[in-house]
Amino acid sequence: MMTQIVFYVFAAVLVLSATMVVSARNPVHSVLFLILAFFNAAGLFLIAGAEFLAMTLVIVYVGAVAVLFLFVVMMLDVNFTHMREGVQRYAPIGGIVGGVLLVELLMAFMHWRSASNIGQIAHLVPSSPERTNTAALGDVIYTHYIFLFQACALVLLVAMIGAIVLTLRERPTGRRQNINRQHDRTVTDSLEMLQVPLGAGVDAQGGFLRPHESYDIAAVPGTYGTEAWRVAEAQETTGTALVMTTPANGTKGEGDE
Amino acid sequence: MADFFFHTTLGQILLIVLESLAVLVPLLLGVAYLTLAERKVMAAMQLRKGPNVNGPFGVLQAFADAIKMLTKETVIPSGANRMLFLFAPFLTFSLAMIAWAVIPTGNGLAIANINVGILYLLAISSLGVYGMLIAGWASNSKYAFLGGLRSAAQMVSYEVSIGLVIVSVLLAVGSLNLNDIVLAQRHVWFCLPMFPMFIVFFISALAETNRAPFDLPEGESELVAGFFVEYSALAFGLFFLGEYANMFLMSGMVSILFLGGWLPPLAMAPFTWIPGPLWLIAKILFCLFVFIWVRATFPRYRYDQLMRLGWKVFLPFSLAWMVLTAGFLMVTGLLPGGAG
Repeated sequence: MMTQIVFYVFAAVLVLSATMVVSARNPVHSVLFLILAFFNAAGLFLIAGAEFLAMTLVIVYVGAVAVLFLFVVMMLDVNFTHMREGVQRYAPIGGIVGGVLLVELLMAFMHWRSASNIGQIAHLVPSSPERTNTAALGDVIYTHYIFLFQACALVLLVAMIGAIVLTLRERPTGRRQNINRQHDRTVTDSLEMLQVPLGAGVDAQGGFLRPHESYDIAAVPGTYGTEAWRVAEAQETTGTALVMTTPANGTKGEGDE
Repeated sequence: MADFFFHTTLGQILLIVLESLAVLVPLLLGVAYLTLAERKVMAAMQLRKGPNVNGPFGVLQAFADAIKMLTKETVIPSGANRMLFLFAPFLTFSLAMIAWAVIPTGNGLAIANINVGILYLLAISSLGVYGMLIAGWASNSKYAFLGGLRSAAQMVSYEVSIGLVIVSVLLAVGSLNLNDIVLAQRHVWFCLPMFPMFIVFFISALAETNRAPFDLPEGESELVAGFFVEYSALAFGLFFLGEYANMFLMSGMVSILFLGGWLPPLAMAPFTWIPGPLWLIAKILFCLFVFIWVRATFPRYRYDQLMRLGWKVFLPFSLAWMVLTAGFLMVTGLLPGGAG
């Protein structure tokens, strides 16, 4: 009796919060309602006695997946009122797709058939009371279905590698710290004594005083490929690089940002 | 008579309430005095005196701080999301409290001795990030928001290595029950055979509680105070207490996973005279002292260094150690619970 009441409370809150996920105006509220839905699903698992699944649901979905959702949704600067203006235009198409799916689902339910031994295999909890959930699940996943489990893991690995490949850009001008390179630098690599005319100041040198060998214009943010860069590059190849003339649109290296 | 009463429904509820109070009241007192202890210990390490005005040796400072917080005005920024803004500190604080339901203070002495206790702890500690993320977002301030995002990325990163460390401990125990985890350390505490994992876990615990040298979410030099920059009065106090309660919790986890929980160092006469809960408290206090010691000693990490440590050092290392542990236990035939 008590269990049933608790079940209906959890189930009702689950359905309500799932509705709120799609109907909330603020996307951050949507994600928070999604988290509430996850919690209630975990509660339902607990009532059914599947404690391991309940905890895993909270750890994986609430603790990791929803955090990333929230992360992304908070950072997105999407004008949602603007997005809602298209509702009227897309409503008929959405309605048709939904209707087709509903009819198909109804047809599937009318011809629903379950395996004859469903009573013996469909258990949320292990059959003997002294076996814990964790041990039973471990048996099933790591002993009986190890190859399928490994295949799942490989699919995830492929997805992960794909995501990394899509986003990883090796830029030559990256500002990443290379500690070895920093430690390898010596005074002779990085320092050159220059003869500067007295009272001339840096401006007369083209705004720059730095050793010729270490001078890498590509490393100066915002300059690579600009007109200033091309002028400097041409001068560098003729060997007069160090003291540069000031380009028309500003000093070399300051960029045009 | 009393026995009979505690078996009725009302008695059971009353019993749970009493048990919870027995854990929470000392915990809250401990949290209050941890703030004082931190200031005192850090003062001693920096050759200062620390708070010494309120009461002898400043012991009433904790209450003075509490009264100050209670009597200040709660300021809610004009653009803030009121409900979430007020919800976040309560969430942080209550999450730090409810995790204690499963911590065993003696053999079988926990409010809830559940089979998946360690998973419960992991779940609760991974929820802590929501308090900060919601607070950062609901404040409608860029400093708070950046602090919240930082803490979310940081906590998610370090949870991975915490999870792997816990898995290698569980391999040696053969159970997810916290009571069993402590009992498995009867002969030797796990901090000895798994010393590298102990260190990884401790450092990850520092990162998970946003403590120095990983206190970037509240890096005051760039983010003023991070995610709780807009909070004041009681709401700020709840964040503050929640953070220190989380330190207690993490120290409790370190004690239970690696320092033998309530077990004495040696099962011999002078050690066994001291009751188990006192051993656990002593170990937690030791861990907390190291937390403070670290704060007084190390400079803050840069954010990319923090991420590199989490993903490029701890994650591969703890993964390799987990495989090593499993292989060693398998080869030596020491793998527990292999009932298959």
